[in-house]
Amino acid sequence: MIGADPQTGTGGAPGGGAAAFAGLWIGAALVGLFVAAALLSFVWTPYDVTRIDVAAKLQGPSAAHWFGTDHFGRDLFSMIMVGARTSLAVALVAVGIGMGVGVPLGLTAAALRGGWLDELIMRANDLVFAFPALLIAVMITAVFGPSAFNAILAIGIFNIPVFARLTRGAALGYWQLDFIRAAQVCGKGRARISVEHVLPNLFNILIVQGTIQFSLGILAEAGLSYVGLGAQPPLPSWGRMLAESQTMFSFAPHLALFPGLSILLAVLGLNLLGDGLRDRLDPRRGLAP
Amino acid sequence: MSSDRTRLAGGTALLVAGLALAQAAFAQRTDIVVGMGLEPPHLDPTTAAAAAIDEVVYANLFEGLTRFAPDGSIQPALAESWDISEDGTVYTFRLHEGVTFHDGSTLDAQDVKFSLDRARSEDSTNAQKGLFAGIEDVTVVDPLTVQITLDQPDGGFLFSMAWGDAVIVAEETADAAKTAPVGTGPFRFENWVQGDRIELVKYPDYWGDPVALDRAVFKFISDSTAAFAAMMAGDVDTFPIFPAPENLAQFEADPRFRVIVGSTEGETILSTNNKQPPFDDPKVRQALAHAIDRQAVIDGAMFGYGTPIGTHFAPHHPAYLDLKATSAHDPDKARALLAEAGYADGFTTTLKLPPPSYARRGGEIIAAQLREVGIETEITNVEWAQWLEQVFRGKDFGLTIVSHTEPMDIGIYANPDYYFQYDNPDFQSLMDALRAEADPEARTALLQQAQTIIAEDFVNGYLFQLAKSGVADARIEGLWENAPTQANDLTGVRWTE
Amino acid sequence: MLRFALFRALSLGLSLVAASLVVFFALEIVPGDPAAAMLGVNAQEDTLAALRAELGLDRGPVARYFDWAGGLLRGDFGISYTYRTPVAQMIADRLWVSLPLALYALALTLLIAFPAGLAAAARRGKGTDLTIMGVTQLGIAVPNFWFAMLLVLAFSITLRWFSAGGFPGWEAGVGPAMKALTLPAIALALPQASILTRVLRSALIETLGQDYIRTARARGLTRRQVLWRHALRNALIPVLTIIGLQFSFLLAGAIIIENVFYLPGLGRLIFQSIGQRDIIVVESVVMLLVFAVILVTFLVDLAYAAVDPRLRRPR
Repeated sequence: MIGADPQTGTGGAPGGGAAAFAGLWIGAALVGLFVAAALLSFVWTPYDVTRIDVAAKLQGPSAAHWFGTDHFGRDLFSMIMVGARTSLAVALVAVGIGMGVGVPLGLTAAALRGGWLDELIMRANDLVFAFPALLIAVMITAVFGPSAFNAILAIGIFNIPVFARLTRGAALGYWQLDFIRAAQVCGKGRARISVEHVLPNLFNILIVQGTIQFSLGILAEAGLSYVGLGAQPPLPSWGRMLAESQTMFSFAPHLALFPGLSILLAVLGLNLLGDGLRDRLDPRRGLAP
Repeated sequence: MSSDRTRLAGGTALLVAGLALAQAAFAQRTDIVVGMGLEPPHLDPTTAAAAAIDEVVYANLFEGLTRFAPDGSIQPALAESWDISEDGTVYTFRLHEGVTFHDGSTLDAQDVKFSLDRARSEDSTNAQKGLFAGIEDVTVVDPLTVQITLDQPDGGFLFSMAWGDAVIVAEETADAAKTAPVGTGPFRFENWVQGDRIELVKYPDYWGDPVALDRAVFKFISDSTAAFAAMMAGDVDTFPIFPAPENLAQFEADPRFRVIVGSTEGETILSTNNKQPPFDDPKVRQALAHAIDRQAVIDGAMFGYGTPIGTHFAPHHPAYLDLKATSAHDPDKARALLAEAGYADGFTTTLKLPPPSYARRGGEIIAAQLREVGIETEITNVEWAQWLEQVFRGKDFGLTIVSHTEPMDIGIYANPDYYFQYDNPDFQSLMDALRAEADPEARTALLQQAQTIIAEDFVNGYLFQLAKSGVADARIEGLWENAPTQANDLTGVRWTE
Repeated sequence: MLRFALFRALSLGLSLVAASLVVFFALEIVPGDPAAAMLGVNAQEDTLAALRAELGLDRGPVARYFDWAGGLLRGDFGISYTYRTPVAQMIADRLWVSLPLALYALALTLLIAFPAGLAAAARRGKGTDLTIMGVTQLGIAVPNFWFAMLLVLAFSITLRWFSAGGFPGWEAGVGPAMKALTLPAIALALPQASILTRVLRSALIETLGQDYIRTARARGLTRRQVLWRHALRNALIPVLTIIGLQFSFLLAGAIIIENVFYLPGLGRLIFQSIGQRDIIVVESVVMLLVFAVILVTFLVDLAYAAVDPRLRRPR
């Protein structure tokens, strides 16, 4: 859900050890499955998702159509495959925007700790953070019209303060450490230290947070498409498939079942992967007794 | 209430009436919940175009001099009768006696003059100001007679006066009509829970035939799933325009419900920007027409509800001409025509789709059909406000899908500035001839000629006449089957059993 | 403490001014004329101009910004373009749906999360913990609007226990009104409860590892006593932060769920107003929601500072 607070993360896996290990691999497998489906959809889908065959509409799952057909007679399985592409692409680019803008901002703020620029960056972050992602999306689409691009922009903007805060918080810790102080004594500039010494140490937590934001991005994309603010037809998207099926699922439940399960499994996979990676990569978590 | 009854009847009559009432109370309901997809922005039909306003107030709360009957004919309403001068420019209306507004004040000719003058005044905010453009003067002859002078004869004037935008309001209450409407109709406004419902109650002092219902609630449910569930649960008694045609089969299978399918005045068309290349080439427009499979659009987008049309004219109108063959589905011919026009490899254009499902779903199907002949479309879903701004005013579009719901609106093709920008002098002079013609047979001939011209010029892709597909509790009778205007006239509605 | 509170309050004020500027001028460039949206396709140019003048749209954006922002300060939100009723009244009406819904969902969240979090922490690594953690993973991953659709399918269409949506109004009685909010509240609460359960569990486990807890255990308190008397109290601080955030998210994030259940709340009001280009309503609702989020953050900061004096320095 869009409202989920990203900074709370999802907590460590219970029992550490075996369960976390299983979670990591289950997560990796689910994510791998959807990535493979998305990539495969570029070269092959069982049916053309833009081809409409009204005569074949609303068929249940069968050997010819594994997931059945929708109200235009399109093959649901093919649409799920292409929808995976939409979902993953939107979420990935949005996380990229969040990292690309947020990490430099956070590094700058940490390097200039207590200065006016630090204060300005953090206040601006708070301001953006005060706008729920959906409100940002609604405002952006009101101005520019609905599209996948604007969905990316909205989710990306929402991600910026997340990464800026995380980066600043973690980087501040490193600025206290001896090896950074040593670099400073050697006369290296703050910008250079940030890039050469601080940033490499942040990779692990950024990867972990990136995975979590990726899963939130998929949920956000689904929510935006569901209310019609995401990818536009004829490009299939899971959220819009759900919205379109809503009037029909009392007599054709498969229309709502498969896209919903796809979102659920993709997000679940990413969360499990993120938790598993956190247990392995995040130094702050590795200490759990 | 009770004092009215005592006054009405004495002795046995009272007893009989009392028994009848008691019986009626047990046997019949006198309230109704009408479902609507859109909530009106406010309740003043004289200052906004929103169809939802008329769907609540037309004939129920507000009345005009004339009105639309369920079959689309024009009937007297507040005007009991009228005379038209020899030259057709002076209309003298005689008003019904004893008509009162819901605040108890009496309707007189001064109210009519006020309403019409307000609608045509300089600072008027009437959405259909054009209806009143021909009025030169409104004169009060006596309290029940009003004389309207037109600048030229207008065969459609009585028709214009029947619109919801031409209802009669009183000067004292007109400005408050948005939230506290005061009209002359059989129901008066009681309550509005914004975002949920509007409640009307019977106006006991109504001048005309009393209505059978005591109470009418209009409930706004924009979500089709919720609308379906509300009907099934009995929370709503009728949905005159049910938002999801895909659910009608389930209602049909259920004996508790009756599915009412009628026609509207809505010609649904693939509107084409005639000035934007390549659509300025008639061959390209013809190719477009042959690329479209109307029946697939009706089946896929409307689940079979809708009548295919081959020109911009309602099939239920006596002057309708079946011209579907002119633009029959023929992809090969479409491809050949495109090649002839120099677009053998096709081209890309924009398709802007407003919110109704006929447009959103129909658009996806048409995009697929056009792709078959090599025309790629970039679909943009727009809100009505954007559609008005970009398409209707800005003329920034290649294609769009819209239902033209105004009755008898073929005249829009004579306006070269209208958003699809069709400019044909022959057609324009034909429309001038039509306006001057009074003889019904000659008018029919002219109308058929007009239909043929726009069909053979392939101005737009003519898709289908929008059906009015609704559902009602099987025990309700008197609902309009067709929609000659946007209204939920409850004056004849009653529960049976 | 007072100085810190004043500093934060000033910062809050500046944030609100900045937010109002962003909201107003971002929406100012929204294409689409409110007057044209109201008068439709047959409106004449002079009619449109008359309506624009009536709505005050013929004046410059800067003048209108000061009117609007000045009005907000006085609690006057202006008059809706389309409905022509005071925006404050419309918002108040909608708040009577959105606020109870958020509180209802929050109550459900707490009712689920506290027992689940405590149980998981108490039996860490055991079957109960694994099961609860597994369920919360699903709860976080499920799109709430899809979950809402499934609830409608099960409880409205199939079982007919609840209506599929709509809101009878509080005048219909507390019972029917709460009933109408039940399915939406459940749909909203599930993911939030899952998040809170996990946060609570982590916080409890972390405090259980602290020295003083070990000391308490060494003094002979049972694990259960320690959990209830010491760990829970100390774990409450991070948990309260999350609850504060969740509340503002529930208020603003219910937009989609309100659409699924066609509840006349703030979210529906935003969508509807954007569609009708009733920009003044959109601006005011967005500002209100932003204000709610900023205010909650402010209160959480204050609460933190009250607990932990080290945080009173400017961040």
